[in-house]
Amino acid sequence: MNIAVMLLTSLAIMQSWLLQVPGELFSLIAWIIFIIMMLISMFYGQRIQLRIWLNEIESSLYKLKYLRDEGRRIAIEAIKEVGKPQTDPTPRVDRFLEYFTIYPQSLDPVGVVWKLEHILDVRDTRFKDEVKLLAPSADETQINNLENTLEAAMALNYIYKVIRHYFLLGKKTLSLYIVMQIQMILPLVMREAEAYASALKAFAYGQPIGDGVGALVAAKLMHGYQIRKVPKDCVVATVPIEGRTAYVIKAEGPGGNVGKPGDAIKTIIEENEGKIANIIMIDAALKLEGEDVGEVADGVGAAIGGPGVDQFKIEETILKYRIPINAVIIKEDIGDAVSPMRREIFEAADKAIERIKQLIVERTKEGDKVIICGVGNTIGIGQ
Amino acid sequence: MSQNSSEQQPAVKVSPLVLMAIFITLVIAVMALANSLQFYLSGEHEVAMVLLLVGFIGVAAGTYMLFQLRQRLIRLRIELPPITTTIECRKCGFKTVREFQRGDYIFKEVDFCQKCNEKMLITAIYREVREKSKPSFPF
Repeated sequence: MNIAVMLLTSLAIMQSWLLQVPGELFSLIAWIIFIIMMLISMFYGQRIQLRIWLNEIESSLYKLKYLRDEGRRIAIEAIKEVGKPQTDPTPRVDRFLEYFTIYPQSLDPVGVVWKLEHILDVRDTRFKDEVKLLAPSADETQINNLENTLEAAMALNYIYKVIRHYFLLGKKTLSLYIVMQIQMILPLVMREAEAYASALKAFAYGQPIGDGVGALVAAKLMHGYQIRKVPKDCVVATVPIEGRTAYVIKAEGPGGNVGKPGDAIKTIIEENEGKIANIIMIDAALKLEGEDVGEVADGVGAAIGGPGVDQFKIEETILKYRIPINAVIIKEDIGDAVSPMRREIFEAADKAIERIKQLIVERTKEGDKVIICGVGNTIGIGQ
Repeated sequence: MSQNSSEQQPAVKVSPLVLMAIFITLVIAVMALANSLQFYLSGEHEVAMVLLLVGFIGVAAGTYMLFQLRQRLIRLRIELPPITTTIECRKCGFKTVREFQRGDYIFKEVDFCQKCNEKMLITAIYREVREKSKPSFPF
């Protein structure tokens, strides 16, 4: 209170003094202030800029820390609710959040895909075993969903730690270049972190996500037909479409699972001794700014993301049998891809089915066999 | 299951010194603007111009600092829009829409139809997003 009174009194004194200052003296003072400001901006301008950027990064770090903590809390709650563990899962979850994967050496790139596949298989098995230990009462679908929830929490933890690392490094070294790089990519990093944050509850509750639109298209096509399992973690149904026989493939749902569409396509091609007239892959794709969510486009090539192992396998197999491959994509942004499915994306599935039928009619003859593969995380989507 | 809950927000500290600095800057800037008017009316145009410049710079700096502070104080939360589940009877086409419940998935068989007593099927699960008004530029 005293400080406020003193402050107001001094401001009033300054005010009355200012009104009595003659014009020449005032100009002189203004010039001196101007020169001092110039000198400060010459010698300390960069440092002031650095402080402003560090402040911006710091306020984003608060948000990232909050998202990281929320991710951890939601994962622990979901495990307790679904898995009913005997002991407190918190220390094990904390250990899980720090897991890492060392990617294979590619100095000699020959065979690197198989090495990568092996490492990813080991990672997948280890994650599943860990989730089974964390949540002993969970069924297969719930284990898949919990694994996805933990992976989203892991991603948030990693983003927070990387940004914190560069923030502290920049603060310690006062290097403009370290701070500048982080400040410049920060909006994109924050978008990604927010996307993972909204994915957390979707995974925990088993809601379909935007990335699953490829699987949704396949599910709509195969629903009501006889389904059988194909390696790995995929299902296939034989569906008559426009006088052709379509083998419709998707990852086995409704748990969070992407399967290995590369292996599934290879299996079906080999079962048919390569006599497949066309392959059509459907997947969600990142849209460019300005494009509408749920826009459908088609082209050629293997529409599949991830580390590239499945794409490699599909390309190897179609090359061996010279099978043409087409792709239908549904456009969405990174936030839509991992958060609960938007209505526009859900409705785009029907447009994609129309496009697939059109492609089949235009690119194949009656009686031909085609493969239709819906790629993506099938969480919340049955078959 | 309500999903619109806003989660607890973390405590973000704001130094009282920073607040005082912003307050002083703004007060001095406003004073400078008021004085510039007085000097202008008394015919000392040169002083009035300098004070006007100082006033504007002060107001801009103070507003920028306040804006930065506000950004930091914005409540942090994970926004979760409501998710709807559409249940449909494949026989008579009877349709119901309700909030998503844990365990729902597309193509899951659920309750019996009120009209024809057939098993109903979950045919859609999605969230509605209210789009902000489209920007006015023509691309």
